[in-house]
Amino acid sequence: MNPTGTALITALLLAATAALAALVFPAAWRARVVGTLVAGTGSSGVWAGAAALSGHGWDADLPRLLPLAGMRLAVDSLSGWFLLLIGAVAVAVGVYTIGYAGPGGRGAGSRPSLSLLPVFVGALLLVPAAGSVPTFLLGWELMAVTSLGLVATEHRHHAQVRSATVWYAAMTQAGFVTVLIGLTWLAAAAGTDFTAVRATAGVLSPAVKNAVFVLCLVGFAAKAGAVPLHPWLPRAHAEAPSHVSALMSAAMVKLGVYGLVRVGFDLLGGGPRWWWLTIAAIGALSALYGIMQAAVATDLKRLLAFSTSENIGLILLGVGFAGLYNVEGARGLAALAMAAALLHTLNHAGFKALLFLGAGSAVKATGTRDLDQLGGLSRRMPATTMLVAAGALGAAALPPGNGFVSEWLLLQSLLHQPGAGAVLAIAAPTAVAVIALTAGIGVATYVKAVGTGFLARPRRAAAAGATESPPSMIVAMIAVALACAVLAVLPTITLPAIGRIVASLHLVSPPLDGGLTAIQLSGYTTRFWPLWLAAAIVVVTGLVAVLARRFGRARRRAVAWDCGDGPLTSRMEYTATSFAEPLQRVFDDALAPERDVDVTHHEESAYHVQAIAYRQRIPDRIENRFYQPLLRAVERLGLAGRGLAPGVMHRYLAYMLTALIAVLLAGVIR
Amino acid sequence: MTSWAGAAAQLVLVGVLAPIVVGVTRAVRSRLEGRAGGRVLQPWRDLRKLLRKPPTSPPDAGIFFIAAPPVLMATSVIIAVTSPFITTVLPAGSADLIVVVGLLLLGTVALALAGLDTGTAFGGMGSSREMTIAALVEPTLLLSVFALSARVGSSNLGTIISAAASHPSTVFTPASVLAFAALAIATLAETARIPVDNPSTHLELTMVHEAMTLEYSGRDLALVEWASALRLTILLGLLANLFAPWGIAVSGSAAGLAIGAAAFAAKVLGLATVLAAGEVFAAKLRLFRVPELLAGSFALSLLAVLASYVLA
Repeated sequence: MNPTGTALITALLLAATAALAALVFPAAWRARVVGTLVAGTGSSGVWAGAAALSGHGWDADLPRLLPLAGMRLAVDSLSGWFLLLIGAVAVAVGVYTIGYAGPGGRGAGSRPSLSLLPVFVGALLLVPAAGSVPTFLLGWELMAVTSLGLVATEHRHHAQVRSATVWYAAMTQAGFVTVLIGLTWLAAAAGTDFTAVRATAGVLSPAVKNAVFVLCLVGFAAKAGAVPLHPWLPRAHAEAPSHVSALMSAAMVKLGVYGLVRVGFDLLGGGPRWWWLTIAAIGALSALYGIMQAAVATDLKRLLAFSTSENIGLILLGVGFAGLYNVEGARGLAALAMAAALLHTLNHAGFKALLFLGAGSAVKATGTRDLDQLGGLSRRMPATTMLVAAGALGAAALPPGNGFVSEWLLLQSLLHQPGAGAVLAIAAPTAVAVIALTAGIGVATYVKAVGTGFLARPRRAAAAGATESPPSMIVAMIAVALACAVLAVLPTITLPAIGRIVASLHLVSPPLDGGLTAIQLSGYTTRFWPLWLAAAIVVVTGLVAVLARRFGRARRRAVAWDCGDGPLTSRMEYTATSFAEPLQRVFDDALAPERDVDVTHHEESAYHVQAIAYRQRIPDRIENRFYQPLLRAVERLGLAGRGLAPGVMHRYLAYMLTALIAVLLAGVIR
Repeated sequence: MTSWAGAAAQLVLVGVLAPIVVGVTRAVRSRLEGRAGGRVLQPWRDLRKLLRKPPTSPPDAGIFFIAAPPVLMATSVIIAVTSPFITTVLPAGSADLIVVVGLLLLGTVALALAGLDTGTAFGGMGSSREMTIAALVEPTLLLSVFALSARVGSSNLGTIISAAASHPSTVFTPASVLAFAALAIATLAETARIPVDNPSTHLELTMVHEAMTLEYSGRDLALVEWASALRLTILLGLLANLFAPWGIAVSGSAAGLAIGAAAFAAKVLGLATVLAAGEVFAAKLRLFRVPELLAGSFALSLLAVLASYVLA
């Protein structure tokens, strides 16, 4: 067996061992053992991914493992990329779990929660490794069910957790059904093995291909949390324990992207222009809507969840344009856009895992996710604050963060387009405008998250009593931060792997070169030195600081300007809500906030105001306009359905007779 | 080696010139308003005075407050070294325009976090307003970059400016004019000038940039002021060179550098004079009218991009 296979089997076995260990070990040891084993699972996953990316593909047929369909594993470079990503996130989450779940044995440390975690990681690894339709569907559903159980971990304590679980269950299963129908249709037309599908995809009728694509798009976009199929995402990510949020946001939603690339590019071998325009449009919508909602969110984890929608949007923009360029014949640019999308997938996994783990650390210490109540953590939790700030640097796509590199590549793929085609002439500038606006609002969002959540003075007592998290959590976050730093300064080390993946997707190799420290577009003068840029920022900043200190006088503490009116209190600080207010006003028409102002007057005089109560809520408009009517319609339908079963025996006999005749007729007509 | 000489020359010139640019805008403004005003070199004297004084930190501020001035300064210095102002022969083949936009934004973010770190209402207010404006300026900047890059097929500043310098006729296209207008508005917003922000106000309700930096004193304030002056010079210089790159040195010779330096100083000081003169006749917009202005500049830049495709 080759290294990929060995590592993958090891990973799956370790995951199974961890699940069993969670059931066997006592509470005091449970988190430590399971966490270590999950980290082991993750590192085997990384190993498998790295081996697959360096050219060791692996196929295995296990016909007896499952009745009827059997199991088939096939790992190529595209699978390897996602195995690497999932494995890396799992390593960090495993180590983090040791401190996060703790020895108490409750909540995240409970027996069911800790035994589901490794199964979830195993299922995540199984999805990209699947080599046939039944195996893929099995992994997909296993992943959905285990994550559902993990989201529900704290369902006894908060009603919102139950509501989030129901939303997630409904949407993930609806998505699964569409993927199931789509892929089964494909399997019926072209065979169950991915190799068989690839071989016959060329002769499939366009109608079948289109139908399969649309069905899969709906299911994968729902899993990826793309707007408008996103309402589960802010709920599930916010209410799940933070290590689960990190796994879901950094790894699981990426499998939606994997599914799209696998089915759209690889299995179906590309398609007409409207496929890719649809993907790009969904991406643009997700990016804009996600970041706008994130900008006004006051719940730290909800903010991060909406930012996941935004980043998925950017990735889908890359995938969409890769397809679009491919159709237009600009194969080099197609490869470039795909490379940008893949790199952003990895980068987003890095910084979003870091941010969710950091958020978990803050939430564990303070007991609240509300940015309006946090603050003052930079003194009390310095390590967490700096690590979250490092993650935010990547997420805000600022240099020298890792998010900047992939956004730069994405912008380059849009800048260097050929003059051909009216569609591209409209689509590319629009995409640049969307990315630019997203980046701008994204920066404001993360300044808000870090600035009001962690800096200055605590706004409530909960934040004032915070203490730094246990070392295992900090170590896990430092590891992720280091990985992000490597991706930020040496993104070129991923280029050989990306080149191999892109080549396997019927595209040419991306037109990038420039050695280890530079990214250069072949044939253009456009180049970018991430390592030297980061070094320059660090060195010049240090130099300025040292020189200023060397030749200047010592710093002293002084009271902040309080307008001469007594000491400043924490109530005078800007909160997350007040920080986002100007942005919210600018996008008032798009966000449509609901405001209630109650003015209470004095009894004697209507001119004197006694009190003003102001309430504001920013609802999810898509949810209100689309999902609420849909839910009401389903409910009405369900109630109407009761009329079909009035308890009259004759009616039931008539149904049976009708059904029988219908089946017989169908048989005759066929 | 010549490229490093050019970079050093640029750094020195921009560093020295920046406070003078601010001095010129103040002097022109006070003359036009009928006041005597300070000398052109007054900002330099202020910097010297402030650099000698000890910095103070508010009791609740942490590392973000202390780190912001050096970070802001570093971003400005890196742009001054790597972007073509007096010569296009620079180390690392001159900067990428998107990277320059990112670096400017990094400086803004450092200062905004510092404003929040003070824990005062003013700091938060300034940061909130500054980030709102920055969020809306960023799209304009990037779209203008797009329009300018489409002309030459590269977002490398050196390439764009060299192309404009060797083929001046390509500069005067409808796309370029639109992009210039958009970039000019974005520059006003980025450098906190009227009508977006008033650099000379300390009135609580209207200040944006000054509110963020209210708690800085001594050498911290000197660094912030100097770096802000550098940003103004850099943005005016980019605006000048992207649309009127005359005089910029395309080789590394000493004579070329001297001519380039003179041309750059003349262009930037000229633009600063125009800017100050314009400010006399304009009033600051209400904060919530600023997005309308920025939306206008965004529309201009989008038109510029479309024009660069349709009329190419």
